[in-house]
Amino acid sequence: MPAGTLYRGREGMWSWVAHRVTGVLIFFFLFVHVLDTALVRVSPEAYDDTIAVYKTPLVAVMEYGLVAAVLFHALNGLRVVAVDFWASGTRYQKQMLWTVVGLWLVLMAGAAYPVLGHAVREVFGS
Amino acid sequence: MSATSSVSATEGIGPDNPAPLVEPPRARSARTPKSTRTNFELYGWVFMRLSGIVLVVLVLGHLLIQLVLDGGVSKVSFAFVAGRWASPFWMAWDLIMLWLAMLHGANGLRTIINDYAQRDGTRFWLKMLLYTATVFTVLLGTLVIFTFDPNIR
Ligand code: HEM
Ligand code: HEM
Repeated sequence: MPAGTLYRGREGMWSWVAHRVTGVLIFFFLFVHVLDTALVRVSPEAYDDTIAVYKTPLVAVMEYGLVAAVLFHALNGLRVVAVDFWASGTRYQKQMLWTVVGLWLVLMAGAAYPVLGHAVREVFGS
Repeated sequence: MSATSSVSATEGIGPDNPAPLVEPPRARSARTPKSTRTNFELYGWVFMRLSGIVLVVLVLGHLLIQLVLDGGVSKVSFAFVAGRWASPFWMAWDLIMLWLAMLHGANGLRTIINDYAQRDGTRFWLKMLLYTATVFTVLLGTLVIFTFDPNIR
């Protein structure tokens, strides 16, 4: 790409990029997730042994990332719907994006202990 | 055509000399292929929004149950799933979530493939791969919900 021609949008473009990336991530997770859930048709041991992976500290961090992706995609998706169907939607799209980011931060802070607590206890003892 | 000549082209426009008709872009004509004469893309657009609104409740509720309530992910096991799928309510919840999330995600990926895969062949085969994986996952997930057996052993 020639230097200096990269299009740099503002909030609207970056929220679109993030919406796209999170959507793809969630879709790939869901594919694997239906496969791991299908192990309940193999045997209780096969299912429990695989779900044990979900309980390891490293995967707990990935689960926190999944929660981050789902929360952003869900909240920003509602913003997209508001922009499309609410008459003043486009006028307030920027304010709505910062509302999304604010809500996302609050919910991520709330999810930290439930999702990561057991991993912290396992890595640092007690 | 230069800017000056396009200005002069609008001179003298009046009842006896109407402005030239400009075809709207992508107007349907006799040459439009049959396959683009449906409203498929409109329905897809509406479906993304309606399914998204429903998925907010289903997926965020699911994450709350699986990762936050009752000890978080540590409590998930075969016995836990058996307890949940003893109830038709949670079977229906998971079934609707499976279908809506898969179709919503697959339609989103179809858009993304159309955006980035430029060669006709690449686009075609990526979409075939996507549709195959989607049909397989939806059928497998549906089968698992309906044939679940708590006494498998
Ligand atoms: C790491 C976070 C997650 C955990 C621990 C988890 C756990 C589970 C468990 C234990 C089940 C078995 C049935 C039940 O208890 O309801 C299940 C099923 C299911 N989950 Fe999740 N889940 C997670 C994230 C997600 C996400 C983000 C989605 C949607 C995008 C999702 C979609 C589904 C679907 C569709 C089923 C039904 C599968 C089938 O039909 O075989 N899950 N999940
Ligand atoms: C949690 C509730 C959800 C909401 C409110 C939501 C909302 C939306 C909306 C409104 C769009 C259309 C965006 C546009 O046309 O510009 C969209 C696109 C998309 N969604 Fe979702 N969605 C949700 C869940 C999911 C899930 C669970 C998946 C994955 C399985 C997913 C994957 C995608 C993908 C891949 C796209 C295409 C992105 C693009 O074209 O840039 N979404 N979502």
